[in-house]
Amino acid sequence: MKELKLMKGNEALAEASILAGCDAYFGYPITPQSEVLEYLAQEALKRTGMVVLQAESEVAAINMIYGAAGTGKKVMTSSSSPGISLMQEGISYIACAELPCLLVNVVRGGPGLGTIQPSQGDYFQAVKGGGHGDYKLIVLAPSTVQEMVDHVKLGFDLAFKWRNPVMILTDGALGQMMEKVQLPAQLPRTTVEPEWATVGKPKTRERNFITSLHIEADKMQEINLHLQKKYREIENQEIRFDKFECDDAEIILVAFGLVARICQKAAQLAREKGIKVGVFRPITLFPYPSNELNKLAGQVKGMLTVEMNAGQMVEDVRLSVNGKIPVEFLGRMGGVVPTPEEILHKLEEKFVGEIV
Amino acid sequence: MNEKTMTEEQHFSEVIAEENICVNENLVFEKPETLLDTPMHYCPGCGHGVAHRLIAEVIDELGIQDKTIGVAPVGCSVFMYNYMNIDMTEAPHGRASAAATGIKRVLPDKYVFSYQGDGDLAAIGTGETIHTCNRGENILIVFINNGIYGMTGGQMAPTTLVGMKSTTTPFGRDVAIMGNPLKITDLVAQLPGVYYATRCAVNNHVNVRKAKKAIMNGFKYQDLKKGLSFVEIVSNCPSNWKMTPVESNKWMEENMLPFYPLGDLKVPGKEN
Repeated sequence: MKELKLMKGNEALAEASILAGCDAYFGYPITPQSEVLEYLAQEALKRTGMVVLQAESEVAAINMIYGAAGTGKKVMTSSSSPGISLMQEGISYIACAELPCLLVNVVRGGPGLGTIQPSQGDYFQAVKGGGHGDYKLIVLAPSTVQEMVDHVKLGFDLAFKWRNPVMILTDGALGQMMEKVQLPAQLPRTTVEPEWATVGKPKTRERNFITSLHIEADKMQEINLHLQKKYREIENQEIRFDKFECDDAEIILVAFGLVARICQKAAQLAREKGIKVGVFRPITLFPYPSNELNKLAGQVKGMLTVEMNAGQMVEDVRLSVNGKIPVEFLGRMGGVVPTPEEILHKLEEKFVGEIV
Repeated sequence: MNEKTMTEEQHFSEVIAEENICVNENLVFEKPETLLDTPMHYCPGCGHGVAHRLIAEVIDELGIQDKTIGVAPVGCSVFMYNYMNIDMTEAPHGRASAAATGIKRVLPDKYVFSYQGDGDLAAIGTGETIHTCNRGENILIVFINNGIYGMTGGQMAPTTLVGMKSTTTPFGRDVAIMGNPLKITDLVAQLPGVYYATRCAVNNHVNVRKAKKAIMNGFKYQDLKKGLSFVEIVSNCPSNWKMTPVESNKWMEENMLPFYPLGDLKVPGKEN
């Protein structure tokens, strides 16, 4: 059996990036994710020669990512909500130019400067676009420190498979809390240059250029159609989710990330009272497991979506369920984390009367 | 032959023979290999074409086409990748030096340059410019300063001269409202990370030669890994200055160059 370590979420994620053979990290300090840059500054260069650079701003960091990702290297940045907002223009460029890279958002409560406590208030930004234009990130939502580790390699693999930016959407609690983790083996750093990379043009090939500019409308539409086709294919192939006691459930709690674990506790409490409750947890927020939720809707009486925001993913749950059953919502905002008891209370208030 | 009876043509041939200037470097109409055949979209008389050509010539002469990556951001030169036969990245407005940093950090032995206009480099990208210079990234920044936003149609730039008209300063740049023009090359020349800073122009033969030398230095110095090279090229914008190409060059000489004087601002090994 592999060695278990007790690690803080942000540090585990940073360690996982070194182990995944990441070539470069560019970032800027912001609470609650500064440990990623700090850990890498301490560890990365001496162990794998990985480039670690503190940029002068998140705007500069994402454009360093843009440049470096264009060389075909494995590159990564991390930030928290206000910093991710600053990166949106660059993310839109990266998505259009189809460059692989890993972005990490350790979400804090907003809007504005908000707070440094955990939140899921950036769901819309991560899943629906955030920056300008029609583009999609592949969005992974870890719920444990172990998944903070696992999603790093998965994120890089998906980014290169689809030539698309991947975002790990986590929160301040997962970033800061310590749990036991199993670390993977060290992978070598990339040595293969993708054919599209800007690394200097040899005589043997045409020049490569990376751009998101296509001034003719027809051409720009073609690019859009190509991207949309890719996103549909990602929806066909990359949906990931987790189910907890859904088979005999009459009510389903739908939640992502840390909240899904709180929901598991709430489901246990409910079952102790004889209410059959299961938990459905989307792991990929884009692509979203809509079909699976729709199927579940056929076998349960209702769903309760629980989020640390004012109600963002619940819109996708309702779209998935398409009116088949009632979808209720419980949200805490501004850095407040919901408790299992209040979830149970909400569940009883909304559904118990209907259950024999 | 008596000098007084010598025809102009004969005199010219003699000078050429004497100074031995018929060398490859001086051939005017040979297209550099690194320059593609795509017709440039630049307005007649604009300095961009000459500046592009100089970069292409330098890349040819150094034989570094396979080791060079260029970055051109938003601005008139945004289509530079259509003209240069090298790997290039088109960066967001103001962020070319950050993108160039990313490239150079993961490919430290390649030659990396950014090619930026005044609005890009000295307004929206000032932060990136100063910090890229201050970190001493081993890249070349080519900075085209024509005192105006060309691509968006002639708005005021950070480098627009006092009193100079633009579409957003229709009565001329008023210092009380818009502040003074920014001499960003003088500013970055003060930073220890900048190894070489110079200001050139491409308005006449002599200046073109000097600009080429400066660009050549900017590429060669990357081998030394001693810091950033910053080459400003004071240029014109006939369309948005609303002048003929000839008038614009004259206006540039009479107005731009006194405020942005040509010459080295920082030379390796010399106290400045």
